[in-house]
Amino acid sequence: MSRRVFVARDAGAIAVGADRVAVAIHDAAERAALDVDIVRTGSRGLYWLEPMVEVETQNGRVAYGPIRPEDVCGLFACGFLDGERHMRALGPTDSIPWLKRQTRLTFARCGIIDPLSLDDYRAHHGYEGFARALTLKPQEIVDEVAGSGLRGRGGAGFPTGIKWRTAAEAKGSTKYIVCNADEGDSGTFADRMLMEGDPFLLIEGMTIAGLATGATKGVIYCRSEYPHAIATMNAAIATARAANLLGTRIADSNRDFDIALRVGAGSYVCGEETALLESLEGKRGQVRAKPPLPAHAGLFAKPTVVNNVLTFAAAAWVLAEGAEAYKALGYGRSRGTMPIQLAGNLKHPGLFEAPFGMALGELIDDVGGGTASGRPVRAVQAGGPLGAYFPRALFDMPYDYEAYTANDGLIGHGGLVAFDDTVDMARQARFAMEFCALESCGKCTPCRIGSIRGVEVVDRIVAGIDREANAELLKELCETLKFGSLCALGGFTPYPVMSALTHFPEDFGLAREMAEV
Amino acid sequence: MSCPPKRASRAGDVRLPLGSRLRGNDTEVAFLNVALVEERDFGTPARRNEQNVNLTIDGQRTTVPAGTSILRAAAECGTDVPKLCSTDSLEAFGSCRLCLVEIEGRAGTPASCTTPVVEGMIVRTQTDRLARIRRGVMELYISDHPLDCLTCAANGDCELQDMAGAVGLREVRYGYAGENHLADMKDQSNPYFTYDPAKCIVCSRCVRACDEVQGTFALTIAGRGFESRVAASAGEAFLDSECVSCGACVQACPTATLIEKSVIEIGQPEHSVVTTCAYCGVGCSFKAEMRGDTVVRMVPFKDGKANHGHSCVKGRFAWGYTTHRERILKPMIREKIEDPWREVSWDEAIGRVASEFKRIQAQYGARAIGGITSSRCTDEETFLIQKLVRAGFGNNNVDTCARVCHSPTGYGLKTTFGTSAGTQDFDSVEQADVIVVMGANPTDGHPVFASRMKQRLRQGAKLIVIDPRRIDLVHTPHIDAAWHLPLRPGTNVAMLTALAHVIVTEGLLNEEFVKARCDLAAFEEWAAFVREPRNSPEAMAEITGVPAEAIRGAARLYATGGNAAFYYGLGITEHSQGSTAVIAIANLAMATGNIGRPGVGVNPLRGQNNVQGSCDMGSFPHELSGYRHISDAATRSLFEADWGTHLDNEPGLRISNMLDSAIGGRFKGLYIQGEDIAQSDPDTTHVIDGLKAMECVVVQDIFLCETAHYAHVFLPGSTFLEKDGTFINAERRIQRVRKVMEPRNGLADWEITLAIAKAMGYPMHYNHPSQIMDEIARLTPTFSGVSFERLDELGSIQWPCNEKAPEGTPVMHIGGFVRGLGNFVITEYVPTDERTGPRFPLLLTTGRILSQYNVGAQTRRTKNIVWHEEDKLEIHPHDADQRGIRSGDWVKLQSRSGATSLRAVVTDRVAPGVVYTTFHHPDTQANVVTTDYSDWATNCPEYKVTAVQVSPSNGPTDWQRAYEAESAHNTRIAEPLAAAE
Repeated sequence: MSRRVFVARDAGAIAVGADRVAVAIHDAAERAALDVDIVRTGSRGLYWLEPMVEVETQNGRVAYGPIRPEDVCGLFACGFLDGERHMRALGPTDSIPWLKRQTRLTFARCGIIDPLSLDDYRAHHGYEGFARALTLKPQEIVDEVAGSGLRGRGGAGFPTGIKWRTAAEAKGSTKYIVCNADEGDSGTFADRMLMEGDPFLLIEGMTIAGLATGATKGVIYCRSEYPHAIATMNAAIATARAANLLGTRIADSNRDFDIALRVGAGSYVCGEETALLESLEGKRGQVRAKPPLPAHAGLFAKPTVVNNVLTFAAAAWVLAEGAEAYKALGYGRSRGTMPIQLAGNLKHPGLFEAPFGMALGELIDDVGGGTASGRPVRAVQAGGPLGAYFPRALFDMPYDYEAYTANDGLIGHGGLVAFDDTVDMARQARFAMEFCALESCGKCTPCRIGSIRGVEVVDRIVAGIDREANAELLKELCETLKFGSLCALGGFTPYPVMSALTHFPEDFGLAREMAEV
Repeated sequence: MSCPPKRASRAGDVRLPLGSRLRGNDTEVAFLNVALVEERDFGTPARRNEQNVNLTIDGQRTTVPAGTSILRAAAECGTDVPKLCSTDSLEAFGSCRLCLVEIEGRAGTPASCTTPVVEGMIVRTQTDRLARIRRGVMELYISDHPLDCLTCAANGDCELQDMAGAVGLREVRYGYAGENHLADMKDQSNPYFTYDPAKCIVCSRCVRACDEVQGTFALTIAGRGFESRVAASAGEAFLDSECVSCGACVQACPTATLIEKSVIEIGQPEHSVVTTCAYCGVGCSFKAEMRGDTVVRMVPFKDGKANHGHSCVKGRFAWGYTTHRERILKPMIREKIEDPWREVSWDEAIGRVASEFKRIQAQYGARAIGGITSSRCTDEETFLIQKLVRAGFGNNNVDTCARVCHSPTGYGLKTTFGTSAGTQDFDSVEQADVIVVMGANPTDGHPVFASRMKQRLRQGAKLIVIDPRRIDLVHTPHIDAAWHLPLRPGTNVAMLTALAHVIVTEGLLNEEFVKARCDLAAFEEWAAFVREPRNSPEAMAEITGVPAEAIRGAARLYATGGNAAFYYGLGITEHSQGSTAVIAIANLAMATGNIGRPGVGVNPLRGQNNVQGSCDMGSFPHELSGYRHISDAATRSLFEADWGTHLDNEPGLRISNMLDSAIGGRFKGLYIQGEDIAQSDPDTTHVIDGLKAMECVVVQDIFLCETAHYAHVFLPGSTFLEKDGTFINAERRIQRVRKVMEPRNGLADWEITLAIAKAMGYPMHYNHPSQIMDEIARLTPTFSGVSFERLDELGSIQWPCNEKAPEGTPVMHIGGFVRGLGNFVITEYVPTDERTGPRFPLLLTTGRILSQYNVGAQTRRTKNIVWHEEDKLEIHPHDADQRGIRSGDWVKLQSRSGATSLRAVVTDRVAPGVVYTTFHHPDTQANVVTTDYSDWATNCPEYKVTAVQVSPSNGPTDWQRAYEAESAHNTRIAEPLAAAE
């Protein structure tokens, strides 16, 4: 009987040698004439342990990691195929505390199944949400999603049910379901992990959205920097189509739904939903003014649902397990779980899915294990490059949309990037402006010119030129950006800038009172 | 920043200033003295909606149609919200972030341009927060803008400057040392405007104007973020790009980034006069913006009903010919055409005309002289010439250049519908679902209307193109013709009858319409005829060269696709069966009920500014104004009573008859106003022979045109900028032409005709063209409600305008045809006698190009020449290969009539067997090649079909060289004596 060994095919794991490890295992098994079946899975999300190798034993899966190719001989020698002890042994995978304390709904299968095996997917409750959705009226599907309290996981946190309802009620000969997989936030990787580790879940979620809204066409807009995700998604789409789960009269119903994948061209702002739609239409990636809302007039001016990868994935879970089960988790108006992405200077970076409500400090110090450098954590940027830098003083803040907003920050796409005490927050503020300048589409004036001037003003402050006056100007510029910008790129750039200035004025050479707004 | 000077700004509407209501001689004074006509910009386009929305803006309650933006709602109640990226000719964009407002109950500060009004909305446009944000945005703008207001060409006409003032910008704390675009290079490649990226605020108005208004999509924003810059095509120089120089971008630009070179050179205008373009039959309204009596620029007038504020490269920019050095400003005479011209006084010149004409009439009879009216002159001038001929010369030998273009339209539509004119207004196209373009090339010939058409096509209307050539419209940005039927030249009637066959045999008729509105007996006869198998697409495919399935598909679409509108041009009329083809189109419209309401109709696209008017004014030898036959005693007596003279009841000679009679020795004197028959009429050699056979040829023109080479008297004419009057465009719209400067030649054209009439012994008394219009109205039932006063009041009037329709008639034949019942006429296809054969195996068809106009007398004397230096011959790669011809080679184009040489362009735009050229340049003389075949009903020449052979050549033909020498000789002007002393 062949022994099954699991090595991630996730880009993050491959980057640290997973492919080479898989080859080494294959070669070693061949040399030893052992019948080993190497299954390439998604990542479990414990990136400091990648490449992680799991083996199926009578007592379940046992993990080893991180494994270098040169460790493989030793693994065989010590009998890892039977789950024997090894210096890199992590024990039964499910018992790894970091995994055990998670509530994996969206990432329930990721790292476990063969991403491209439809049978695996089905064996692990895949397509149950879809099966249930097929028995419901569109209105009932929308009600289910609305009832779950699910909010958009892309960053804005807009209630998904309301968005779907708007598109469902909009009149249009054609409607579209667009998946935003242009995951561009620094320190985020959940979309990529999911597409590489559980692509059918995204297909299922989008199909359910199609059933709910009457849309027959789906488009995944994926960033070009994700070649592995693109390949996996395309393969999964082809498989689903061959299995009649995409195309016309899907699953022998009277409904049609198909998905195409489109690749971006390296623009951060194309992750903004209207710029994304422009890009999909073959135009310059430039933000549209709203109204009209995409749900009324989106892709090619047709009613369109634009949701993030994680939102569709969560919706599939909601349909399978019911709104109540999802809603039962969470904190305040932030319901369900969030696949939080821990990154930056952390000892234990990775994907940590948990119900909303955990304190920031717990996530960083406890889950994240503090800094990798061993120095004290000084600041955490939450929600990507447009998110605020939070000081330790705010570490008791619960992981919740409203709480983060109340502290002039945002949850965003669920990224947390930690910095130790060597960080220069003035440079970080400058970087925020620089990022905005680099990625601005150029349509609106505050963002187009303001970001450039922002860099210059921070430089002057740092250089000690009219420090107070320039700090005042920076604050006013941030106000102009916040209220004057057309989209969140310019509108949110003040978050990192102002949080750096407010919480860390000393890095700008300013007294604390000078920095207060 | 300096303060912009005070300007006359009129709130609310865009009517003419009050001064315009004054009459007679006062009019000129009033118009020359008005300040700049400034049109209010409401920020976003008006919305048409039955449903109204109430809202409160800054405490003021107001009501606007649903869908209106807050910005526009505010502007309509007199509240100007600061703005830069919005303008009411373009959809809202939301990029400048100046027009932000606060709305009660909503978070944030939404842009008022992109936010539609909602019932009960309470809006505040001025708060401290808004003021801070606006000032903050403006501070950013100015941190990347040159501080050269005082020396900037847009000083006083700059929205950026205005907005800096409006938001109270007082300092730029960022300084000017930061990153900027101030050193970006100017693009001066376009002859008429410059692009200065250093002044660009990246509002995208130019890009959007090119897309939304013009539909060329030549401009874009290249780069992103701070690097975002306007780019023509893929970052080329404007001149080398796809830009068609329509000027929409220049007009849309709020700063000096895109600005007319004439403004840079002269400075800002100080007054303006609204007038009508003198190029094609679209009839665009323009504001002539003046400094004293110098035109600074021509700006399309937003309230112009034909163009709604759009323009093309000709009307917008190509007016430089009016002051070109080759313009003739003094009368000239000579004994023989070989003599050099001698400049003389007006009295002497007019005296010579009168004495010669009188001598000829005495010697050869009253009918030995005649006149030709011009489709480029005003209605009033045209009317005067035919009056001079009929009442002064005592014969009906008057004809017009419309003879050679749209006379079949007049005949065909009169026969079927009862009126010699197109049935719709241009706005009608907005409601068309299927648009048929046949024998026309609107993007070149009628560009401003083409842009309207393209707007509708981009909204989803279907397009059928029937043309031997793949005109630009077939594939243009965001438009693809549903059908292009590339028929063989000369087979229009076969094609149209085949289309009718499909409609009749496949049961696609609108029987209800036919029964209610048409002559049933005529219909039955017609239906039986088209039903015959020999008229089927399958049978006709052989003749037209178009597959039957394509003909069937197009016919089905036309008959069943909703409102279907026919637009056609000279590709229909300039054939031996031109009138038949017009009738065949009318038959199709009646059979499918596509007539008598907006969105449908039969629409001739008129070539010249006043083709419609010159025909309306009684320029044809058999018709008095309003298309009433000269043999009709009642009509004649009306005129006889008014003119106090007897009128000949016999129709006079047509142009071709005049030339034939001249060669035959019976016709000896001709007064030609503003038509260059030696270049524009077919079979040039024959025309020249005719002219040479005359004893007194009088040419009235602004240049020494080709015809003038054979003239004995040259009377310098005036341009449209130098006189008052009216033009009538393709939609029967009568529009005012207003004098913006004194005639440089001393007299307006109508005054010259008056002088001749007086010298001939038939004095006419008018002090102003308005009095001529009053006479036209008095004598012409379809014009009875028209006067200059009414035109000033209404802006324009579409005839018929009378008691029944006091404000004119945009769409004709609503509820019933002018002739009563619609008349179906059988359209038997008769092939032209001009056939291809072994010696002349190819078919030549002719047309025109965007930048040039007809014989080019005007446009060749402007900088438009950069786009079209010479006429070229388009030939299919297959035919070129066979002859060893490559693009750029000199080729000889030979027909049975003559030969000329020009350079070849190898392109599959033309089908195999077809070649194509333009006729804008006299040194090419395409009409040397064309034949004297003509329309059976109207003698309109068959320009569009000539059997030719094309062969490689070394350069101009002997004829061309001889002609060049003769022209040089015949255009010599003797040195004035004073100068010699």
